[in-house]
Amino acid sequence: MEWIFEPWPWYVAGPLIALIMFILIFAGKDFGMSSNLRTMCSMCGAGKNIEFFKFDWKSQRWNLMVVLGAIIGGFIGANVLTEDPSVAINPDTIAILEDLGFNSAGEAYLPTELYSWEAIGGIKALVILLIGGILIGFGARYGGGCTSGHAISGLSNLQLPSLIAVIGFFVGGLIMIHLLFPLIF
Amino acid sequence: MRSLIYLFVGIFFGIVMFKSEAASWFRIYEMFQFQSFHMYGIIGSALILGIIGVQVIKRKKLKSIDGKPIVFNDKDVSFSRYAFGGLSFGLGWALAGACPGPVFTLIGAGYLPILVVFVGALIGTYIYGLLRNKLPH
Repeated sequence: MEWIFEPWPWYVAGPLIALIMFILIFAGKDFGMSSNLRTMCSMCGAGKNIEFFKFDWKSQRWNLMVVLGAIIGGFIGANVLTEDPSVAINPDTIAILEDLGFNSAGEAYLPTELYSWEAIGGIKALVILLIGGILIGFGARYGGGCTSGHAISGLSNLQLPSLIAVIGFFVGGLIMIHLLFPLIF
Repeated sequence: MRSLIYLFVGIFFGIVMFKSEAASWFRIYEMFQFQSFHMYGIIGSALILGIIGVQVIKRKKLKSIDGKPIVFNDKDVSFSRYAFGGLSFGLGWALAGACPGPVFTLIGAGYLPILVVFVGALIGTYIYGLLRNKLPH
């Protein structure tokens, strides 16, 4: 059972994600995480002025339970099932990141240069994370889904729109990391 | 009772996201640098099994646990919304290093600055709702 405390390899994680999708399909639901963001906006009363948020959000309570579970799962994964959270990425990647100023590469789960209270206190990291979040939320709803909804669920059902969206995800990611990162960091 | 199933599915999902390191900013960066197979293996293996399973469900006309036919809704046909929306999502995914599922997982894992990304994502969703009628779909 020692393996469970180590990082799980892709050939364990991938099939488990497919299993999660099929459990939801057999429960009569769709696997998609970003739609919860719309639900949360509606819960906060965004439907008063904006048509898009006027819907029966209570019909999405099941997905909010998945969200609650994902939070609890993160707690268990980090605190019970992990001894050393550092992520052993490719040494070449570590070298590139160190050049950009990410000295926590290879030694942490998330870069402390962005994800620490110290970093957030300096305005730059705060703005970066906020803009990152806005792009994610805006893009997921505009594009009609995120990694779970398009790359896993949509492509599993051979949907051309999902393929367009996933290509968009990758083009966006490549632009960010190869063209914009050198300007930002 | 049914709620508990969703809760457990979520817990399972959160553990898988954290333990596979799909919730790690570093893994996302490494993926976009094409310097590891890890993330491609996760998404690719989930996808191959997903395609096979969906085909089996469709051909055998399998029913849900409530005994109802399983319906796969086709997505609306369009180019611009998927291309532009996808592009925006990809920019954010690479910058924050997290997609919506892992954002929730990381809150539970105790990396609380991720709450900034979460609030940003809510704002971004709200902005979409605000601008929806003016955007090309």
